[in-house]
Amino acid sequence: MKTRDPLELDFFDDESSAALDRRDFLKLSGGGIAVLFFIGDPRRLLARSRRRLPGGRQYPDDFNAYLLVGADGKVTCLTGKIEMGQGVITSLAQELADELDVSIDSVEMVMGDTDRCPWDMGTFGSLTTRFFGPALRAAGAEARAVLIKLAAERLGVPARQLVTERGKVMLKSDKKRAVSYASLARGKKITKRVKSKTLLKKAAEFKIIGRPVSRRDAHEKVTGQAKFAADMRLPGMLYARILRPTAHGSERTRLDTSGAGKIPGLRVIEDGDLVAVLHQDPGQADAGLDRIKADFDVPEATVDEKSIYDHLLKSAPAGQLAAHGGNLARGAKRSKTVIERTYLNAYVAHAPIETHSALAKVDGQKATIWASSQTPFRLKDEVAKALAIPEANVHVISPFVGGGFGGKSFNQQAVEAARLSHLTGKPVQVAWSRAEEFFYDTFRPAALVKIKAGLGADKKLVLWDYGVYFAGQRGSEQFYDIPNHRTRVFGNGWRGDKDVHPFATGAWRAPANNTNTFARESHIDALARAAGIDPLDFRLKSLRDKKMLGVLKAAADKFGWKKYDGQAGRGRGIALGIDSGTYVATIVEVEVDPRSGHVQVKRVVCAQDMGLCINPQGAKLQIEGCVTMGLGYALSEQVRFSGGEILDRNFDSYEIPKFSWLPEIETIVIDARDKPPQGGGEPAIITVGGAVANAVFDAVGRQVLELPMTPERVLAALGEDPAH
Amino acid sequence: MSGSIRFQLNGQAKSLAIDRERTLLWVLRVDLGLTGTKCGCGEGLCGACTVLVDDKAVRSCQLTAGDVDGKRVVTIEGLARDGQLHPVQQAFVEHDALQCGFCTPGMIMNACGLLKRNPHPSRAEIIAAMDDNLCRCGAHIRIVQAVQSAARALAGGGR
Repeated sequence: MKTRDPLELDFFDDESSAALDRRDFLKLSGGGIAVLFFIGDPRRLLARSRRRLPGGRQYPDDFNAYLLVGADGKVTCLTGKIEMGQGVITSLAQELADELDVSIDSVEMVMGDTDRCPWDMGTFGSLTTRFFGPALRAAGAEARAVLIKLAAERLGVPARQLVTERGKVMLKSDKKRAVSYASLARGKKITKRVKSKTLLKKAAEFKIIGRPVSRRDAHEKVTGQAKFAADMRLPGMLYARILRPTAHGSERTRLDTSGAGKIPGLRVIEDGDLVAVLHQDPGQADAGLDRIKADFDVPEATVDEKSIYDHLLKSAPAGQLAAHGGNLARGAKRSKTVIERTYLNAYVAHAPIETHSALAKVDGQKATIWASSQTPFRLKDEVAKALAIPEANVHVISPFVGGGFGGKSFNQQAVEAARLSHLTGKPVQVAWSRAEEFFYDTFRPAALVKIKAGLGADKKLVLWDYGVYFAGQRGSEQFYDIPNHRTRVFGNGWRGDKDVHPFATGAWRAPANNTNTFARESHIDALARAAGIDPLDFRLKSLRDKKMLGVLKAAADKFGWKKYDGQAGRGRGIALGIDSGTYVATIVEVEVDPRSGHVQVKRVVCAQDMGLCINPQGAKLQIEGCVTMGLGYALSEQVRFSGGEILDRNFDSYEIPKFSWLPEIETIVIDARDKPPQGGGEPAIITVGGAVANAVFDAVGRQVLELPMTPERVLAALGEDPAH
Repeated sequence: MSGSIRFQLNGQAKSLAIDRERTLLWVLRVDLGLTGTKCGCGEGLCGACTVLVDDKAVRSCQLTAGDVDGKRVVTIEGLARDGQLHPVQQAFVEHDALQCGFCTPGMIMNACGLLKRNPHPSRAEIIAAMDDNLCRCGAHIRIVQAVQSAARALAGGGR
């Protein structure tokens, strides 16, 4: 798969403003200078949205974000992207401030508001920094050029004699002769579009990009002032609790709501599939729900978390070839040692601490929705469709989102809130309980990876035959130097395989790549061990990719691989991977208790080459977050189920990483400031499962082929080894 | 089932005419508009709803309004004074000890409770005390550092 170069931005070189969405600009009070931009080729975007919306309805597609230099000198960036902890509220402001030569404090980010911000596809896939960032910088540079031109007229000097600094344009030779951006923007109503020739600053010119900046939203978040969807309050609002089926695929056969009616102030709504109780106190709504009696006809469970893998193999469609080279038969012939294994990983939940929440206020044909959503514009469509009202009448605001990880891309809770608000005539909050969050989560799909690989007489890799079932393609292509190889992908994975899984599946932080990297890197260690070669040396001699070698060597140096003196019960493991254009090498040390099978990760070193790193502090936070979260899918997280019934309903049985799990985490971000920026929120997590698995392998001498590596599975692996 | 409670909330005397059996979390979030205290699991398993009652960190989703009658309750909104952040809040900011920020109020209140009963906790004691507060973004190591530096700041003459 070829990664698109994010700096090759395809801008319309068009000064006309005829196609602008006027509505947005009429709202800009006080005038100023607006620069419109978009990510990707708008013609392609337009074609895509036309395909998606056969009704002929179109988005204002010639731009999908803009910035405004206001008459007060403040710079505002309006974008449909949202902040869910990944830190773009800080890094995007850095990029804009640097290109525009203003202080970061004078940049305001307006995010995820569908009335104020132009259409955006959503916040996922580590796209914001890779694709949005460069476009935003170009818009900043364009705004700066406009300001210089205006200043040249004002000061009566040629533009080339002017420079910009801290929100002012000034003469290069006499910096006292200066005009502020505020005074230049005052009274103006200028709209510009970014030109393809816009020159971005070079790395050597950066003043704010590349410097560590702390979170800009920290103050709001430590004082409790930061508003999440469930924190929104409107007069007369009601809190809803909704009757849920006991299992996916079940049908309701009996309903008796009479008991609920006895609670004063409680409203019961029954509208087709939607049965809800509403009260001005959420506690009373809970009590009302408890009094509703319903029976469900639940289809007999045919799969659970143990039998799912057989089911998946039986359900597998034909494989799609993702990569190939050389000749597999020749590779097999040259192989002196062949290792064949199947790797498994369980369904895992997103489990953000904020459950899906929304407040809806529906007034006749108009709806306003505050929702925890990674996709506010999709939500707008979903609500318009559910209420049969024009899409333009739906205003969605996605305030701070309390963790998403891919799990807040569909907006069922907002549609439910909108329907209930419509039916009751009151503002309605729907905030899912933890059990509902587990039930309706779009889990990372359970998946298998089958690998057959061979080493030649010289102990070099000569064969790689790889098939991934139901995880998806991302991260499946291997990057080692193997002359004869094939990678096949069975099923769409996180993009959806109809009628295969007993419940919904979807994108989970770095979708597919956690599974693929775990399997590939586990297999590389199995091969290294068979060859009797140290796993670091084996990788070093099997790699040609300079970037990968760079991160591997950086991590190994920091870890002290060559000087490592392992104690009994301890082991170390490496995993490499590529995600969202970023290269990652992770090395961990674990301690395994041979009696209990418990694995404690002691130390993690993670080196990452992400091209230009906008905010090294933010990148560090994301790496640490990835490593910590990754320990969950490596060691404990698996959704237990019986057919369509989800048995994990809260954090007592579904264990996510805790303080007591904490390893030491050391991070390295390779200095690659002259290269385009790549993803930061997802890449590091892909290596955690593989690195921990390889460290367990090193510690106990046996491979655990299934994630999570629960104590039972570690003990089982130990039991297979006569040496233990 | 009507009744009333009198308690001290964030330093102010408060009396409420409410059903004493109602869940404290909803009284705070709904009746009093103190939405900084979050609901993450509803069963006392995640700690997002942690508040201080008589200086002890407790889970407000597991308490009733009657439970705090005659007691002192502090929520995340009551920590900063005159615009000055509490040393624990300040340490969270300085250490970037948060990402999405949803678990943050509960983390801070739990840390305050710890420091009230043990002003000089070791790293191991911090980890043990914080262990049942869940964070999905993975800010844990920074939270531990923040609590350590808050302890130092408080020992140096803070609150």
